[in-house]
Amino acid sequence: MLLSSFSAALHTASADEGRLEQIQNLLLSKSFNDKSQAVSLLAESTHSQSTVILEALMEGELYYRKSDKQFLLTKKHDGDYLIHDALTGEDLGSVKKRTIKKIGTNNAIRKQIRAVLASRELNNPDADIRYQAVSEMLGSPDVGLIPQLEKRLAVEDNKKVRQHIELLLAISQLDTENKDDRLLAIETVSGSIEPVVRSKLVSIQASDPDADVRKAAKDALNSISVRLQFFSFLETLFFGLSLGSVLVLAAIGLAITFGVMGVINMAHGELIMLGAYTTYVIQQALPNMIGVSVLLAIPAAFIVAGLTGIVIERTVIRHLYGRPLETLLATFGISLILQQAVRSIFSPLNRSVITPDWMSGSLEINSVLSLTYNRLYIILFCLLVFLVLNMVLKKTSLGLQVRAVTQNRAMARAMGVRSAWVDAMTFGLGSGIAGVAGVALSQLTNVGPNLGQSYIVDSFMVVVFGGVGNLAGTLVSGLSLGVINQYLEPWAGAVLAKILILIFIILFIQKRPRGLFPQKGRSAEG
Amino acid sequence: MFMMKILKDDRGGQVMMGLLLVVMIAVPVLNLVVPESSFLHLSTYSVTLLGKYLTYALLAISVDLVWGYLGILSLGHGAFFALGGYAMGMYLMRQIGDRGVYGNPELPDFMVFLDYTELPWFWQGFDMFWFAAIMIVLVPGVLAFVFGWLAFRSRVTGVYLSIITQALTYALMLAFFRNEMGFGGNNGLTDFKELLGFDLTADSTRIALFIASALALALGYLASRAIVKSKLGRVAVAIRDAEDRTRFIGYRVEHVKLAIFTFSAALAGIAGALYVPQVGIINPGEFSPLNSIELVIWVAVGGRGTLYGAVAGAVLVNYAKTYFTGAFPEIWLFALGALFVLSTLYLPKGLVGILNRRRALS
Repeated sequence: MLLSSFSAALHTASADEGRLEQIQNLLLSKSFNDKSQAVSLLAESTHSQSTVILEALMEGELYYRKSDKQFLLTKKHDGDYLIHDALTGEDLGSVKKRTIKKIGTNNAIRKQIRAVLASRELNNPDADIRYQAVSEMLGSPDVGLIPQLEKRLAVEDNKKVRQHIELLLAISQLDTENKDDRLLAIETVSGSIEPVVRSKLVSIQASDPDADVRKAAKDALNSISVRLQFFSFLETLFFGLSLGSVLVLAAIGLAITFGVMGVINMAHGELIMLGAYTTYVIQQALPNMIGVSVLLAIPAAFIVAGLTGIVIERTVIRHLYGRPLETLLATFGISLILQQAVRSIFSPLNRSVITPDWMSGSLEINSVLSLTYNRLYIILFCLLVFLVLNMVLKKTSLGLQVRAVTQNRAMARAMGVRSAWVDAMTFGLGSGIAGVAGVALSQLTNVGPNLGQSYIVDSFMVVVFGGVGNLAGTLVSGLSLGVINQYLEPWAGAVLAKILILIFIILFIQKRPRGLFPQKGRSAEG
Repeated sequence: MFMMKILKDDRGGQVMMGLLLVVMIAVPVLNLVVPESSFLHLSTYSVTLLGKYLTYALLAISVDLVWGYLGILSLGHGAFFALGGYAMGMYLMRQIGDRGVYGNPELPDFMVFLDYTELPWFWQGFDMFWFAAIMIVLVPGVLAFVFGWLAFRSRVTGVYLSIITQALTYALMLAFFRNEMGFGGNNGLTDFKELLGFDLTADSTRIALFIASALALALGYLASRAIVKSKLGRVAVAIRDAEDRTRFIGYRVEHVKLAIFTFSAALAGIAGALYVPQVGIINPGEFSPLNSIELVIWVAVGGRGTLYGAVAGAVLVNYAKTYFTGAFPEIWLFALGALFVLSTLYLPKGLVGILNRRRALS
């Protein structure tokens, strides 16, 4: 009966049939020697489930059913066991513990399995899997695998994998009796920043019997720490740039409304908030298409925030041109109304927006430097928004009219530019960009009624620091403020870093009241 | 006599002073003499509430002084108010003595909690009222002086100035939220017991604080009025209306601005110091930019550039706030927002402006 269940499952691989029976009997035996032999046979087997079976055996998850001796892969679940047929992977539901029995192993067998699995991965035709395998081995180097590695090195043609294997072999050489071999090994590993290399070198530096070796280890450690510092510098730079990109995104809409039009829009933060809520609503409407919904949210948020901006401009700001302080107060009132509206519609609680799969995870450059995708995308998105905005202002007729009205309203009107329409469109553009920034922010922070408020002071700082009326200045100032903040944070703490930046900007404005890149010529007046 | 001279030509001021005098007499009588069963009786809670409005009114005067007469829209006056409040709070904390939860006679509760071994240097002296009283004026005054000196010297004006004053109060808020600052962090200073030996929970102390607030408001108003009527005040108005021209005529614009700005900050500090014992707590929330901008709207609603308009605006808006947040909490922010929009669009001179125009017409 046992045989029949096997042959039913495996009639395609009839050549293996006899051997499978043999393996099975060996595994059921009480003797560990027999089991070890079974592992060897499994290692040679080309059966598709053989890797899974070996892994389960190593983890103690391989069982057999007492009634018919069928082999099972098990997972504990609520006291019962979920079982799968070991040979076919077929789902067999769940059973009570007493109906099945575990196939025991000992350390020697587990070690043997580990070697088999490692060599399987090492010889996998896919270079990525091989690379992953050797990278994992670097985490906990195992002397038992040396022969396999040497064998693989002879035939390996992928450069990255080769380097890792050489490094692994060199690490094992660090412990040899021969002094010259050790020195050679230190030289080989000294370029690596793997944590395991460092800990090895530290122990060599402390306790190696030979002075030359100790000195070589020390030198290698120094060069490693320089490299590490370099990478941590790069990492901080990356974090700084991504924080700066957030600032730029939040501020660039303001750079248009405040910088180009001279309108102080305190409701800018709330327009960002509207963009974030638009993302949330779209995600609620399309629960099965998270990845697409974020992309859809970008134009939607632009439209929602842009239209809101146009309404604000037409109803309130239009009457207050030339009175900046009054505009400030009126738009602040609007921000309160928008906040309360959101609070009444969506409740005062924070809403969480799901991050799509393609934005989670990270790009690993090496073992100490990895760039998370969401930060990476924020930086790219920020640059994209900046470029598009620049194109709109420089290359479209709307942009031309906006610049004309900014520089000389009366003259522009005399040339037939509908300045009121241009005002509304410009304000709508700035507001729409704020909405787009909201989409990006929704991926980083919680979406709540206070989302906008926390960015308004920062946004103004960025615009003022960069120089009013200057989009490029906003980009530079936002990115540099983000980077400065990240470099200050380790020794000052997050809050103090922020305070220091605020004080820095307050002092900076005293020195250069018109920002980093002041406008020159006529448009600088007034 | 002096008061009469200042208030000549100032009908709004005369009316306000009269009302203040009436309130100052009526409130204690209604609270202490009229029996509790009578519907005319004023509860101690209401007395404290009125006292709070009066401190807000004083704060509003300080804002009106710089905004209405100097053209500086400060979005950071809440910071000076809060600093005065903290100075008072520190004195009140020291008065608690060993009656705190931990019973430590040397250190306030939050310091014991945060493992301080001794009083930080900047807390020294705050167990004496005279020292605290000086600090209440000095700390906001010096901050305003330094900040103003930096800002006015480099001719930061208009919107830029508004935004950096906002940054100032924002930075202070973040700083005071830190436990390491030694001002109680998030929770601020609270649990006060007594002021100058008087129990803070007693009705008589509440009345005394109310009268003190009313007196401070009256004196603050007179002092501000005196400044406005003086040559300094006239130059200030000239600066507001044409800064460059005033400078070219030969006035030291920076000095005028600095003097009034500093005075205004000290006034705000006093208002904060009177506010704290009445509400019983001071925390970093007082520094929030929202508070500072809200008090600007009191002035705008009342009518800027009149001083008494600021007082009226502060009392009216805060009464409305108390009413709305109690009765319709959902609506309050809508109402406040609408108030901002409508008062800037349709009431450039505030409520006082409407009254004055009607009188001018009749």
